[in-house]
Amino acid sequence: MLVIACPFCGPRAENEFLCGGEPVRRPDAATGADGAALAELLYARDNVRGPQDEFWWHKHGCRAWFRIRRDTRDNRILP
Amino acid sequence: MRYSILSLARNALSGHAHWPRAWRDPPLQPAYDAVIVGAGGHGLATAYHLARDHGLSRIAVLDKGWLGGGNTARNTVTIRANYLREPSMRFYAAGIRLWEELSRTLNYNVMFSQRGQIDLIQTWAKLRDVKRRQAALRLIGVPFEILTPAQARERLPLLAPEAPVRLPVLAASWHPTAGVARHDAVAWGYARAADAMGVDIVQNCEVRSIRREGDRVIGVETARGFVATPRVAMCVSAHAGDLAATAGFRLPIETVPLQAFVSEPLKPMLDVIVNIPQFATYFSQSDKGELVIGGGADAYPSYAARGSFAVIEEAVAAMLSLFPALKRVRMLRQWAGSIDLCHDITPILSPAPVAGLSLSVGWGSGGFKAIPIGGVALAHLVATGAPHPLAEHLLLSRFAKGRPLFETAGASNRL
Repeated sequence: MLVIACPFCGPRAENEFLCGGEPVRRPDAATGADGAALAELLYARDNVRGPQDEFWWHKHGCRAWFRIRRDTRDNRILP
Repeated sequence: MRYSILSLARNALSGHAHWPRAWRDPPLQPAYDAVIVGAGGHGLATAYHLARDHGLSRIAVLDKGWLGGGNTARNTVTIRANYLREPSMRFYAAGIRLWEELSRTLNYNVMFSQRGQIDLIQTWAKLRDVKRRQAALRLIGVPFEILTPAQARERLPLLAPEAPVRLPVLAASWHPTAGVARHDAVAWGYARAADAMGVDIVQNCEVRSIRREGDRVIGVETARGFVATPRVAMCVSAHAGDLAATAGFRLPIETVPLQAFVSEPLKPMLDVIVNIPQFATYFSQSDKGELVIGGGADAYPSYAARGSFAVIEEAVAAMLSLFPALKRVRMLRQWAGSIDLCHDITPILSPAPVAGLSLSVGWGSGGFKAIPIGGVALAHLVATGAPHPLAEHLLLSRFAKGRPLFETAGASNRL
């Protein structure tokens, strides 16, 4: 069980949270509604093997969104 | 050598000391007509069909470990067709028909046991969904029935009598053509049959990157040097993202752990596959007597290949609430595989954005059942460049068109 530090509530068990995944790169306004660019934004992922920044949501707590850095090889949460 | 009752008798007389090797250990050639990356079920089945149905002669299957040693060895071997979307139903129903013939096709006993699957329905929403699925499956000729709780208990004596539990069983579905098979035998059977047709299966030969020239694939860089080829097929499951990055594109795939457990061996007590969809938990009894239990996927991406304790607790709690007789059963082993979960839970069997590269990835929690039909479809794609008629819904271009095909029938979600 991961212990995730919510910036408001402190350390809590992983099943209070929902992982929001890696941050996505927004296309600039010039891209408009180009299908390939939107698909890249909405669906494609770096799926990093190693340290990655990710969003988490304290779903069963204060309901805040925040970012942590986690190593996807061993789930260690990095400072 | 053809396996038969005669070859068995002959080898029994000589103390089984003279069985020939089932496949060669060939040296890596500098060039091939097609290179398949990943010697799991899908890679081996694809090589087999490329050689048998499309007449390609110089084919290599490369693997960084040993053949059938990845998710082919780690899954819970459930074969079924009760998917949500019509093209998925058709695809997996065709898959079941291949499974029914597979031992004969490969001259190798894959121990396919078509024992049927019972899903226990605990919510009205799921019951409505299952009724719709029953009608849709009937239209394409897959037998699928709804059972009352009393009928389910008759078929499944292990299920607890009606009791005040939080989510009582409202109904059940019965999928008689579902089954299980011996996972290693599937890899070994395809490997042996492909090898007999001249396919080179090269193990301990990691593919590190895909080399392209302009928009075209020209080969792969391996741990043993460069291999030139105009056609590459990627069957690498959780490592899809790494390999795609070397060819310069990204995929709508996340790598997630999926867990399974086996119990101590028990006397025969369960002759069907039981699924508890509300909690993404399912189990069957193996020929050795162990209960093989699958849990849900973890709720966050990871390459750690070890599942979260929260998932173990949820799977066990769901199982014991309906099957309290299993309370004192001890677990023998627990493990996890890394699955390649596609954004819409539908796999990708498609040309890649790089010419000459074909993808068979994103199988998520459901790759094993798709090995025979996936091999047929990927071989068709690699050889002809066009998608197989049963696999047109699996193209990567569905995302750019804004038409992802959201599936729900997987261990990777709860709907």
